[in-house]
Amino acid sequence: MFRKKNYLALGAVTLLALLILSLPPRVTAHLKLTIASLFLPLFGLANTTQQLPADLADSVLPRRELFQQIDRLRRENDQYKVLAVQNAAIARENDQLHSLLGWQQQAPWKLKLANVVMRDPANWWRTVQIDLGSRDGLRENMSVLTAEGLVGRVSSVGLTRSQVVLIGDPNCHVSALVENPAHDTGIVSASGPLDTSLVDLTYLSGSASLKPGQNVITSGLGGVFPKGIPIGQVVDSRPVEFGLYTEARVKLSANLGALEQVWVLFP
Amino acid sequence: MLLRLSADQMNFLQTILILAAAFLAVFGEATLPVLHHWLGAQVDLLPVLMVYAALNADIATVSLLAVLGGLWFDALSANPLGISILPLFAVGFVIYLRRDLILRELSFAQLVLGTMASAIVPVLSILLLLTAGKQPLLGWGSIWQWLVMTAGGAAATPFVFALFNWCNRSLGYQPRIEPSFRPDREIRRGRI
Repeated sequence: MFRKKNYLALGAVTLLALLILSLPPRVTAHLKLTIASLFLPLFGLANTTQQLPADLADSVLPRRELFQQIDRLRRENDQYKVLAVQNAAIARENDQLHSLLGWQQQAPWKLKLANVVMRDPANWWRTVQIDLGSRDGLRENMSVLTAEGLVGRVSSVGLTRSQVVLIGDPNCHVSALVENPAHDTGIVSASGPLDTSLVDLTYLSGSASLKPGQNVITSGLGGVFPKGIPIGQVVDSRPVEFGLYTEARVKLSANLGALEQVWVLFP
Repeated sequence: MLLRLSADQMNFLQTILILAAAFLAVFGEATLPVLHHWLGAQVDLLPVLMVYAALNADIATVSLLAVLGGLWFDALSANPLGISILPLFAVGFVIYLRRDLILRELSFAQLVLGTMASAIVPVLSILLLLTAGKQPLLGWGSIWQWLVMTAGGAAATPFVFALFNWCNRSLGYQPRIEPSFRPDREIRRGRI
C-alpha cells in the first residue's frame, strides 16, 4: 500500500508536468501570467517597504535643503526647456529637409516610464518584469530603453505586468550598426552568463574595421527596434572562421545589473 | 490508529508552512538581486525545501511542493511553464524513498543532501531545457553560477531545518503522550 501510494504520486506528478509542458504556447503564457499574479500582493508590500526609508528620509530633511533642491531642479528644468525649444527647431528643420528630399518622415518617439519589479530567478535567462501591461497599451516586441541606451524588448504582456527580455539573453537579437565610416552592421547576441555589461556583435563583414570606443546603435533592420537607439561601444574585435566574418565585444551603455526604471517606446 | 490519524490531520500545518516558504523563497529570488550583484548568481532555495519535505513530510507534501514550487518559479522566469516540476520531484522522490536509511536528524546528513539537491536540480533543469529545444544562457561562467548555487544551497540547509523544526515545535500539533501511571493499578497500602 505504501509503495503503491508513492508510485501513484510519481505517475500523477509526471503526467501533470508533461501535460503542462505540452500545452499550446498561448495557453501557457496566459497561465504563467495568472500564476504570476498571485505574487501581486507581495509586490505591493515590497514596494511600500522599499519606499518607506525614502519617505522617512524626506520627512526629516531640513527645510533649507529642500528649498535648495527645488532651486536646483528649477534651474535644470529651465535648461531642459531651452534644449527642448532647440530640439523642436532642429526637428522642424529636419522635417522640412526630409520633405524637400521626399524622404519618409520619422515619427517622434512616444515613451512611457515603467518600474522594474523583479528579475528572472533563473540564472540562465536575462529577463525582468515591469509594472506596465496591456492595460497601459503595451504590446509584444516594443523596445525598452533607459536614458543611457537600449535595454531589450517586451516579450510577453499581461494585464498589469510585462516581461522584458534584456540584451544579452539568447532570445534577444538586435540588428546593430557601428558608427564608423563603413557603417558596418551586425547582430548583437548573448556573450556570457556572468558579465551583464558585455555582449557580442557578430556577423560583421570580414573586412570590417572596428576600433575600440566606436559607438554601436540600432540599425532599424528587422522591424523590432527603431533606428538610432544607442547600444554601447566597441571594446575589441577579432576575425572568426578564418576571417569569414568579424566578431566584436560591445560594452553596453545601459547598466542592466541595476535597472530600476525603464522607458517603453511606443511606435 | 485513531491517534495517528488525528496527528496527521493536525500536522497539515507543516505542509502549509513548507508551501508558504516555497512561495516566499521564489518571490525573494525574483525581487532581491543582492546575491546576483555580488556573486553573479542567484541561490535557489526550492531544492533545500524539497530535501526538508522529503525527510520530514509525506509524499503528498513532496508532490505539492514540486508542482506548486515549480509552477511559481517558472511563472516568474522565462522558463517554459512546468519545466522545474520534474527536477524538483525527482530529487524529492529519491530522498523520500530512501529516507528510512538516512540519519536525517544529523546536521551533516542534512548538509550533504542539501548540497546534492542544490547541485542536481539546476543541472536537470538545464538538461530538460536543452531537450525541449530552448537555448539557455550558458558558458564558462555557468560553472561558477552552478558552484554558487550549490554552495548557497548547502549553506542555507541548516538554517532551513532549524527554522522548520522551531516552527513545528512552536505551532505544530504534538500528540499527548499517555503516562504509564494508571489509578486502577495503584497499590494502595493500608495502615499496618
